[in-house]
Amino acid sequence: MDLNYTAEELAFRDEVRKFTKAKLPKDIQRKVLEHRRLEKDDMVRWQDILAKKGWLAGHWPKQFGGQGWSPVQIHIFDEETAALGAPRLVPFGLNMVAPVIMAFGSPWQQEHYLTRIRENKDWWCQGYSEPGAGSDLASLKTRAVREGDHYVVNGQKTWTTLGQYADMIFCLVRTSTEARKQEGISFLLIDMHSPGITVRPIITLDEEHEVNEVFFDNVRVPVQNLVGEEGKGWTYAKYLLGHERTGIAGVGASKRELATLKSIAKKQKRDGKPLIKDPLFAQRIADVELELQALEMTVMRVLANRGKAPGPEASILKIKGTEIQQAITELFMDAMGDYALPFDPEWNTLDGAGDAPGPAYAAPMAARYFNYRKVTIYGGSNEIQRNIIAQMVLGL
Amino acid sequence: MNFSLTEEQQLLADSLARFFERDYTFEKRRAIQGSPEGYGRAAWAQLAEMGILALPLPAAHGGFGGGAGDLLPVMKALGAGLLVEPYLATAILGAGLVARAGTEAQAAAILPGVGEGKTLLAVAHRDADGAPVKATRDGAGWKLDGGKRVVLHGGQATTLVVVAAAEGGAGAFLVDPAAAGVTVRDYRTIDGLRGADIAFAGVRLPADARLGGDADAGAALRAAFDHAIAALCAEAVGVIEQLNTLTLDYIKTRQQFGQPIGRFQVLQHRAVDMFIAAEQAKSMAYLAAMRAEAGDSVAVAGAARYVAKQARQVAKDAIQLHGGMGVTNELPAAHYAKRATMLGFWFAQLV
Repeated sequence: MDLNYTAEELAFRDEVRKFTKAKLPKDIQRKVLEHRRLEKDDMVRWQDILAKKGWLAGHWPKQFGGQGWSPVQIHIFDEETAALGAPRLVPFGLNMVAPVIMAFGSPWQQEHYLTRIRENKDWWCQGYSEPGAGSDLASLKTRAVREGDHYVVNGQKTWTTLGQYADMIFCLVRTSTEARKQEGISFLLIDMHSPGITVRPIITLDEEHEVNEVFFDNVRVPVQNLVGEEGKGWTYAKYLLGHERTGIAGVGASKRELATLKSIAKKQKRDGKPLIKDPLFAQRIADVELELQALEMTVMRVLANRGKAPGPEASILKIKGTEIQQAITELFMDAMGDYALPFDPEWNTLDGAGDAPGPAYAAPMAARYFNYRKVTIYGGSNEIQRNIIAQMVLGL
Repeated sequence: MNFSLTEEQQLLADSLARFFERDYTFEKRRAIQGSPEGYGRAAWAQLAEMGILALPLPAAHGGFGGGAGDLLPVMKALGAGLLVEPYLATAILGAGLVARAGTEAQAAAILPGVGEGKTLLAVAHRDADGAPVKATRDGAGWKLDGGKRVVLHGGQATTLVVVAAAEGGAGAFLVDPAAAGVTVRDYRTIDGLRGADIAFAGVRLPADARLGGDADAGAALRAAFDHAIAALCAEAVGVIEQLNTLTLDYIKTRQQFGQPIGRFQVLQHRAVDMFIAAEQAKSMAYLAAMRAEAGDSVAVAGAARYVAKQARQVAKDAIQLHGGMGVTNELPAAHYAKRATMLGFWFAQLV
C-alpha cells in the first residue's frame, strides 16, 4: 500500500496549480470564492482558457483529442482547480454526452461533436427528466417519430440545467411504445436552435434562473443525430450514469468551502468572541471535516481500483458528497446569525455585494443553503442512490 | 388540564382560516411581498376589523386582554396562512412592551391605534456591531446615538420602540422613524418578511419618550420578549403543519413507478418523522405559552430552540419529498420551507 502520489503525479499537480494561478481570471475566481452568481461568460471564458491549453478535455482518451489523463490525474486536476476557485466545468458535454458519443456514436458524430465540445464551441444540456418521469425515468413520454431522414420530436423535458445557454441537448426520446418501456427509448442529439423548441425558465427558491423547461413542438432532427441504434437509448443512458467520474463527490470544492468557512468563523463574533471559539460550532465544523476526510480516502480507494467500469461506489460518493455540501452551506448560514436573513438577488454580484446590510460575505449564504437543497435531489436522488446500493451491493 | 379551545377561540381561528382561504391567497401574498411597502394595507385593515390586532391589547386600551393561551390558535392560523404583515412586531412585541413598560398615558397614546390598525410598531433591540444605542440626557429629554440591526418589520413601523442603555438601566424609547437623525434601511428577508437596519445620530427625544419614566425596563422587556417567543412558537406550528399537509398531498398524488410515491416505505417513514416533529413542536408551543405567563424565561427559550430545530428539519424533509418541485419558487411549499428554516434566526433576535 502506498497512499502517496508518485513523482510524476506531484509534478502534474504543480503544473496544474501553477497554470491555474496564472490563468484563472481574478474576477471569476472572486465570484467562486465569494459565492457570487456566475454568468455564462464567466464559465465560457475559463473553459476557453482550458481549451486553449488542451486541458478542457484532458480527461478524454488521446484518440479523441484528450490528454489521456489517468484517474489520479483527473482527480488532481479537479482538486487543484477547485481549491483555487475555478468554476466547476459545465459537465453536460464534457463528462456526460462525450463518453456516450465515444462509446456508441458514429464516426461523424465523434468527429463533429467531440471536436466542438473539446474546443468549447457548443454548450450542451441534458434532456432526461420530464414532468411525469423523474426517478422513474423510463416512463418518459417525449416522442420521436421517424419521417424519412428525420425524426419529428414532440414533448417536454424539465429541470434542464443552464438550458437557456445551450446550443445542443442530448435527449432520451420514445421511439416505440410497443416494447417494454425501457426498450422503446432512443438517444438523440438535438440542436437547441431548431424551430419548434421553446425554453421556459423555472425560478428556484433562491430566486435564481438555473433550470428550465424545454418544449418540443414538431422539432425535426436529422437521423444522423441518433446515437447508436434506435431503441437502445436506455442502455446508453445507464452507461452515462455509470460513467460519472469521481468528481461527483466534489471533494476539492468542499475542502475549499470548509477553509472559507473557518476563516469567516474567525471573523464572526458570538457573544463577543470569535465564532470559531464556540466549542459547539467548532465541533460541527470538525464533524463535517471528518466526513470529508473519509470521503476523500474513499475516492482514493475508488481511483486505485480503476480499470474496471465505475460501479455502485459512485452512489456512495454521490450520497456522502452531497450531504457534506449541504452540511457546509448550513454551517455557513448559521455562522451568519441574523445577517443570514436579509435577501436581495441584486446582492449576488461582485458589485452588488457591498449593498447588503451585513458583511458582504453574508449576503448569499441563506440563498445558497436553499439552492443546495437540490443536490440530494438531482442526478438520481439520494433515495434512488440508496436503492442502487441496496440492490447491487447488498443484494436486498 | 384542558388543551381544547374555547368557543370564542375556535370562532376566531375559523374566521382567520376563512380570511386566508378567501382574501389572502398565495398569489396575493406574493404581490404584497413584492410591493415597496412590504405589507398589505387591505389585509391589515381586515385583521383590525376581525379584532385580531386588538386581541392581545389590555381591555383598558381598546383590547380584549388576550393571554398567551388565546394567542396560540391565532398565531398558529397566521403561520398556516404564512402572513407577511407585521403582526408579531406590532401587536405582540411592540404593544406588549408598551403595555408592560409604559405609563398609562403612554399606553393610552399608542395602544388604541394598534387595535385600530393605524399604528404599526417595531422593537429595535439588537445593537449594530460596534455601535450600541445609547440614550443620554439632553436637557429635560433624551438624545439617541448608535445603530440597530435586523429589526423585524423596522421599515414598516410608524413608531419604533428602541431599546437602549440609559441612566437607571435598560430603557425603551418611542421614536418616530421620520425624526431627524433616524435612518432606516428597509430590506426583504429571504423568508418573505421585512427587516431593517436603523441608525440613530443625535436623535432628540422628549422626556416622555422613555417608556415608564426613568425606571429600568429590563423585566418588562423580558416578559414582552417571552410572550413574543411563545407566539412565534405557535406561528411555527402553523407553518410546520401546513408544510406537512402540502407534502402529504404531494406524495399521495405524485406517481412514479406506477404508484403514488407515498407508497414507498422510505418516504413514509420520513413523513412520519415530520408528523412527529409537528406534534412535538405543538406540545412545546403549549409549554411556551404556559411558561411565558409564569415568567419562566429559561423554559420559554428552550421551547424556542426546540421548535426552531423541528421547523428546520421538517423544511429539509418537505423539500426532499417534493423532489425537483420542492426547489421551485412557484410552489407554496418552498415558501413555507423558507419561513420554517429561518425561524431560528428570528427567535435569536428575541433573546
